[in-house]
Amino acid sequence: MRKNIRIKHALLGLILAGASTVAVADADLEAKGKALYLNKKKGNCIACHMINDPDAKLAGLQGPPIVAMQARFPDKKQLRAQIWDATVKNPKTIMPPFGRHWILSEDEIDAVVAYIYKF
Amino acid sequence: MKIITSLLAGASLALVASMSSAASTGNTLATVDPEADRLALQAFFQKRFPQVELDDYANGIYALDAASRAQWEEMEEFPPYEFDIEAGEEMFNTPFANGKSYADCFENGGMGIRQNFPYWSDEQDRVVTLELAINQCREANGEKKLKAKKGAIAQISAYMASTSAGNIIDVKIPNDKAKAAYLDGKAQFYSRRGQLNMSCANCHVQGVNIPIRADRTSATLGHVTHFPVFRSKWGELGTLHRRFGGCQNNVRGTPLKAQGKEYSNLEFFMTYMSNGLEVNGPGSRK
Repeated sequence: MRKNIRIKHALLGLILAGASTVAVADADLEAKGKALYLNKKKGNCIACHMINDPDAKLAGLQGPPIVAMQARFPDKKQLRAQIWDATVKNPKTIMPPFGRHWILSEDEIDAVVAYIYKF
Repeated sequence: MKIITSLLAGASLALVASMSSAASTGNTLATVDPEADRLALQAFFQKRFPQVELDDYANGIYALDAASRAQWEEMEEFPPYEFDIEAGEEMFNTPFANGKSYADCFENGGMGIRQNFPYWSDEQDRVVTLELAINQCREANGEKKLKAKKGAIAQISAYMASTSAGNIIDVKIPNDKAKAAYLDGKAQFYSRRGQLNMSCANCHVQGVNIPIRADRTSATLGHVTHFPVFRSKWGELGTLHRRFGGCQNNVRGTPLKAQGKEYSNLEFFMTYMSNGLEVNGPGSRK
């Protein structure tokens, strides 16, 4: 019995540790996405898209603001596809095709999605 | 949430709808109509900014954005290009080694003629810009060509522009070859370039006066009137083709040759679009 409890505790510990690793990974990904969002030489999303983040000062307005992302893109994949190549949905968009033109790597696009999906 | 989504969708649809009316007059030699293009572009901007007088487009973004206009007007009280005009005048009036001077190369001694450039030359089978003509004048008189983007060439061009202040831009398209050059310029203007996949029209028709960070993009109508320009970012004077190269770098493309045929065609198209506006170069810009 006592042994069982010990095993249960150990398992619980493992699960908790696992969950916090995931949480840390998420936070890392979001931080990476934020850095890309703000970096003029990388995503530079801030040039055109307002976002409710105190670090995103003097954001541009050429594109729609980053708001209600989960409502606008219930499927996260749609949001990713939009960043990868926005001309698919709207051939006249000004937005650069970040994936199609290798402006950001696939991993970097994932990071940007993780960051902006919270807003 | 739905309201936000539909508002955003509505706004982008409206932009697309108004965008397509700006350049709807043909992209083949048989169908292109420069005068209809010009009127369509004017109508596009007048519809978008009904409060702005047509003549004011010669003042670039300052015609549209009151806040930056105030700063600009302050800057223009002591124009940063004043010494460049003086230097240009001195060079213009200094004879070449053979005793001739720039005045001998141009109509009316080079005074008050900025509004006729660029022009189509059958003889040279290309568009001739003012800067190209300045260099051709030098070569015809046994002098070396000047560098095409800044320095002396911009100063001489600035002086010549200053003698033309207030004259009305009047670029002509005399025949089908000239029309083909115009069409090439138009195609360049509306084609996407560079890694960022952007056309001139994306920022200077579609996105005009909308902030990119703290800056607003100017309307292409009136773009050419105030060149060469003293740009604060450069801290000096530069030609229109220098600016073209900067834009092309910004979209991560490869700049074309200053005073080459491509940029000259682009200048030809853009200047035709500004026919009817006053020459007000040199100018100053942020």
